Amino acid sequence: MLRAALLLAKKDLLSELKTKQVLATMIIFAGLVILVFSFAFDPANNTTRAVIPGVIWVIIVFAGILGLNRSFISEQRNDTMHGLLIAPMEASSIFLGKFLANFSMIMIVELVSLPFLFLLFDFHILGYFPYFLLVLVIGSFGFISIGTFLAALSANSKSSEMLLPLLLFPVTSPILIGAVQATRIILTNIEKLSSAMAWIQLIAAYDVIFFVLCFILIDYVLEV
Amino acid sequence: MIEIKKLTKQADNKLILRGIDLSIKKGETVAILGPNGAGKSTLLKVLATLIKPSSGHVTINGYDLRKNQMKIKKMMGYLPHSSLLYDHYSPLENLVFFGNVYGIKNVEQKSIDLVREVGLSFFLHEPVKNFSRGMIQRIAIARAIIHEPPLLLLDEPHTGLDQGAINILNNVILSMKEKGTTTLMVTHDFKQATELCDRIIIIKNGKIVDDFRLEEKKLNLVSEKYQLQVEGVS
Repeated sequence: MLRAALLLAKKDLLSELKTKQVLATMIIFAGLVILVFSFAFDPANNTTRAVIPGVIWVIIVFAGILGLNRSFISEQRNDTMHGLLIAPMEASSIFLGKFLANFSMIMIVELVSLPFLFLLFDFHILGYFPYFLLVLVIGSFGFISIGTFLAALSANSKSSEMLLPLLLFPVTSPILIGAVQATRIILTNIEKLSSAMAWIQLIAAYDVIFFVLCFILIDYVLEV
Repeated sequence: MIEIKKLTKQADNKLILRGIDLSIKKGETVAILGPNGAGKSTLLKVLATLIKPSSGHVTINGYDLRKNQMKIKKMMGYLPHSSLLYDHYSPLENLVFFGNVYGIKNVEQKSIDLVREVGLSFFLHEPVKNFSRGMIQRIAIARAIIHEPPLLLLDEPHTGLDQGAINILNNVILSMKEKGTTTLMVTHDFKQATELCDRIIIIKNGKIVDDFRLEEKKLNLVSEKYQLQVEGVS
């Protein structure tokens, strides 16, 4: 199962390297968000620090949706999804492969855009970097895993690009609330680390439950 | 090889397949004829594991279609209307990807050989999006047979092909037949069906209305039987 998933993820990432459609759009979007926020909030002002956690998750959520939307729609051209469904791979392998590709892409976006954000707002996070990284990884993991599942679900709809955010935001709201709160505490009020850890535990539990659910239910979603 | 009993498929309150009973022996090349909307492609999609049947029982090479999908998928090559190819990938990249999915050994060399076999070795590294319909279909044929399947399902494979591509496709079907491959071909092309197949099945309104062997390759016989069953002309 893992072998097929890795093959699919590799195929998607190589496709992205060739076409440069999704990743470039995601990075440009992230850059624009950072630029607009840097105009709106004075980086020299201390209250701006409170905005940064929100900006980080706005970038992840909206850039993520750009990638998620394309993830399964790209398999409709020439019915390549049928090619995957008739191949000896489980539906869960297709989900896992797509998840790995989407997760890699959002990680690349974060890797490129967040240092730019911190640089522009003159923000230093070195002391609590491991906690910040943990929140980023588990928050993105949950958002992308549920997003990948819902992208598969909405891909057959004519208005899938509108349907995906409508389905995704309510389902992922506990992850997003937890991630923003944990990021806020870690970046602005590290003394309350225990509260951040409680949010992180909530996100982790949500991640595990929904990842397993998506893994089981994807078989019904991908049926032609 | 294929045993179908009382197969039905319902979609949106419409019965597309109405109790198909069919038995196909190993090595047979069977053409499925019928008017548009008769359920031919649906039958092929059920066998290709793309659609779940509403009721009935299907076994392929002794494996139950519902319970042993992985084993069935490994032994089946499917060529539908669409190419199932990635546009921005070259023929080599497409075949290597699908070959790897099927767990083919020495997949790159095998892909190169197949591309040569379908007469497109000059375009090995060109993206498929630049190809004509005929060229795409040749690569699609190579994709369908890369794992040398013992069962080949073809959905109107000759549609829109030039004579060169038709010859290549027919050669592939005949050489696979020599190797003992069972082929099920949905087609509207009576001439190709007569030339390639040992048996003709006519489907109308989701039911098999005629099933006969082609002892002699007579196009007239196929046309007459088709007209009799589908158009009611005697």
